[in-house]
Amino acid sequence: MEKILTKNIDKPNSQDIKVYLDGGGYKALEGVLTLKPEEVIDEVKKSRLVGRGGAAFPTGLKWEFTRREKDEPKFIVCNADEGEPGTFKDRVILSNNPHLLLESIIIGGYAIGASQGFIYIRGEYFEEIKRLNKAIEQARAKGYLGENILGSSFSFDIQLYQGAGSYVCGEETTLFESMEGKRGQSRERPPFPAQFGFMGKPTVINNVETLCNVPAIITNGGDWYSRIGSPDSPGPKLYCLSGQVNKPGVYELPMGITLRELVENHGGGVKGELKAVLPGGVSSSLLTDLNVKLDYKGVREAGSMLGSAAVIVINKDTSIVDVAKNTMEFFAHESCGLCTPCREGTRRAKEILTRFANGGGRVEELALLLELGEVMFDAARCGLGQAAMNTTTSAIKLFRDEFEQKVRK
Amino acid sequence: MVTLTINDEKVAVPEGTTIMDAAKEAHIDIPHLCYLEGLESYGACRVCVVEVEGEGRLVPSCMRPVREGMKVHTHSARVRRARRMIIELLLANHPSDCFTCERNQICELLKLAFELGVKEVRFDGEKPSYELDETSPAITRDPNKCILCGRCVRVCHEVQTVSVIGFVNRGSETMVSTFMGNGLGNVECTNCGQCIHVCPVGAIKERSAVDEVWAALADPEKHVVVQEAPAIRAVLGEDLGLPAGTLVAGRMHAALRRLGFDAVFDTNFTADLTIMEEGSELVKRITEGGVLPQITSCSPGWIKFAEHFYPDLLPNVSTCKSPQQMFGPLAKTYYSQKAGVDPRKIVSVSIMPCTAKKFEAQRHEMTDSGFRDVDYVLTTRELARMIKEAGIDFAGLPDEPAGELMGLYSGAGTIFGATGGVMEAALRTAYKLVTGKELEKLDIEPVRGLDGLKTATVDVDGLEVKVAVAHGLGNAREVLDEVRAGKSPYHFIEIMACPGGCVGGGGQPISFDLALRGVRGQVLYNEDKALPYRRSHDNPSIKKVYEDYLKEPLGEKSHHLLHTKYTERERV
Repeated sequence: MEKILTKNIDKPNSQDIKVYLDGGGYKALEGVLTLKPEEVIDEVKKSRLVGRGGAAFPTGLKWEFTRREKDEPKFIVCNADEGEPGTFKDRVILSNNPHLLLESIIIGGYAIGASQGFIYIRGEYFEEIKRLNKAIEQARAKGYLGENILGSSFSFDIQLYQGAGSYVCGEETTLFESMEGKRGQSRERPPFPAQFGFMGKPTVINNVETLCNVPAIITNGGDWYSRIGSPDSPGPKLYCLSGQVNKPGVYELPMGITLRELVENHGGGVKGELKAVLPGGVSSSLLTDLNVKLDYKGVREAGSMLGSAAVIVINKDTSIVDVAKNTMEFFAHESCGLCTPCREGTRRAKEILTRFANGGGRVEELALLLELGEVMFDAARCGLGQAAMNTTTSAIKLFRDEFEQKVRK
Repeated sequence: MVTLTINDEKVAVPEGTTIMDAAKEAHIDIPHLCYLEGLESYGACRVCVVEVEGEGRLVPSCMRPVREGMKVHTHSARVRRARRMIIELLLANHPSDCFTCERNQICELLKLAFELGVKEVRFDGEKPSYELDETSPAITRDPNKCILCGRCVRVCHEVQTVSVIGFVNRGSETMVSTFMGNGLGNVECTNCGQCIHVCPVGAIKERSAVDEVWAALADPEKHVVVQEAPAIRAVLGEDLGLPAGTLVAGRMHAALRRLGFDAVFDTNFTADLTIMEEGSELVKRITEGGVLPQITSCSPGWIKFAEHFYPDLLPNVSTCKSPQQMFGPLAKTYYSQKAGVDPRKIVSVSIMPCTAKKFEAQRHEMTDSGFRDVDYVLTTRELARMIKEAGIDFAGLPDEPAGELMGLYSGAGTIFGATGGVMEAALRTAYKLVTGKELEKLDIEPVRGLDGLKTATVDVDGLEVKVAVAHGLGNAREVLDEVRAGKSPYHFIEIMACPGGCVGGGGQPISFDLALRGVRGQVLYNEDKALPYRRSHDNPSIKKVYEDYLKEPLGEKSHHLLHTKYTERERV
């Protein structure tokens, strides 16, 4: 498959605007400026692109909802707060192809009727922040950002926001709160960002990878794009492969390849003997079957979720109890503390799993953890708490004997 | 209108109604904890979750607006399981000291745990061990009991616009704290105590003086004098088994005597005195070109708010001490001389609806008698507990008057306890001071009631006096910003820190129900109507204190004992 998202990144200085322009960069934007915003949105809808941040919402629809809102101004925000353990795909683009992202945001801004865009970037991405700032300067100098872009009546600029190290700020409504200078706590939905986003204004918020599909869709057409990869959720996908695998890394491959293809053909196979895979990072449930199709539907049907496609491979030398404990430590640390189920639930789950890991578990606590997982899914305020127990719950269901061995004698 | 189904019952409610409010139409009061009427919904506790058909997860009913055709189940098995576990999780992190807890009888968490059928707490793990915040002379906070519902944070921010408490840290380390953890005593806290009313558990309470007062009462060497604020008589009964809206002035005096106080007087007397001084001050400012508008100074929460946030307007604030602090020095001078009691032996106790009064009594200026003018301040709640501790059958007590010397009061003094009351009382006397004639119609309706900001123009024999009344510090900001901008049309402004005035003070029986505060205020207006004197200047004991001791309003003695000054305080 021709690379769409990681195109040109092997070239020296791929982050530079010259290299980007040489590879046909900003041509899509030029084309877009001759179209009506509605036509741009139609093309994105035709492509059937869905969000790559994890929620898999149709991007074209999101843009359309926001465009239709009466309130002004409108904003487009790129979520570059990549913080899930095992996720490092957006970093590749931010670092090596920043102009692809800028071009995509500008197109999005044009489509929805915004004149200001933002990139909310993970605070620890120091080098990427430098490169993005440089790229924004270059784009301004060339007239791709600023007043009357390329002589058109469209004016647009992009501002960078640096996160302060909180994972939950990558949750879209929390991200707005953070941008507004408030505590990193999620908002209740509805209202959704399309109606009430940054500063209470209609806002499109898209993940880095999602946005970066747009120039190719504009250039080659939505129909062309919709034929790539899986018919259920077409397009290329950046898979972050990590864990006990021979060749970890970021792979741009079509949606809908099997887990086996990714791990064995591209990742060089499992180090040791396979025990399980987390297909969508530590918020997802464990899978043991490599024949699962890696698209949103395929992974969902297998009982997990693709999320941002952080594929973490776990071999048989690894204690699944430790895996579960590890994920709960993460979530207990990152819970914002606002809602009871997540704040109290993650810490109690962590305590229980720590006792198990130390051989001091109580058998009745396995049922308690499963119940807690269901209540947190049902009642936690945002995705962090709702999904925090997924790995643990699946670990108990799939590897109950491992937990039972850790019960206090 | 939106039509939806709640537990198979069809209800129609206006668009924008939350599921929680809509459920009331179906006779369902959805259990809740962080939600509180009068504050913005917050959606943190998740106790109020309900099941909505077609949605994958439960939804918080306090925040979710209804939708046409929505099918809601408010107590399905899934809902009940979630609620129970949420309470279980809160209990797992809560001290189990219910026996000795302040909120023993009225804890919302305890009540929910029982009502929702929580039978055991299956989680055991770390519990918090935070230090108490005891930096304030008025309010103490126990973060260990805090369940992070955020009601205190919201009332401080939304209603009072003081915003001295907020959430810090995250996850299980989240806590409510002040700027840099400095403590309530070291930030702009006004000590209004509204946070106490909204707290569902025992995490915030007044700094109690009950034991000190018991010790003074038990000490034969001490002569313990007591005063009770106007608002106590309208509210005390609520904590002692009487229905809301019961006037208990006579029983209150009787109970205090039975507790062992040596002299039972009444703050209403010094409320009348305040009117004499403050009314004279207003007339002086108007006739001699002083700083206007004049703003009342009875509410110590408001005073501290002004010192922090509006120091430029301190010259507008009346120099009159509050009735509590007028009573204090008079008890240790005037009363001491009249009764022939050594002022060193006098312990001056006040019963106040207010937590800020505890702070006010400790202000360094408040020693004009040569002693600490007021030694101990008890809230209504503290007095109610002392009455219970002594086993007094409060409801069955006879009505007794306060001692006449400093306890006879007019209707003008008693309405101080309701928002607008000070204004109304002042106008009744100011009219006389300016015109030499009596105001015929004593009920000044436009300044009564629960509107956040009330205004009136009173014709004082040709002089149009414009007045405004604000209660709740958020409402106060509106009038104050006008004054600051030089655009205020008013001559006289009454400000009370607490919504509803003193009947809603931070020391009153726990409730954040504004309508109840209205009922309490009405008690005072009713008493006013029934009293033989309704103007402060008609009160014979007021006439006597001027004849025998003070000589004249704004005179030298008054200046020394009854007036004060204010200090700009820093913003942190």
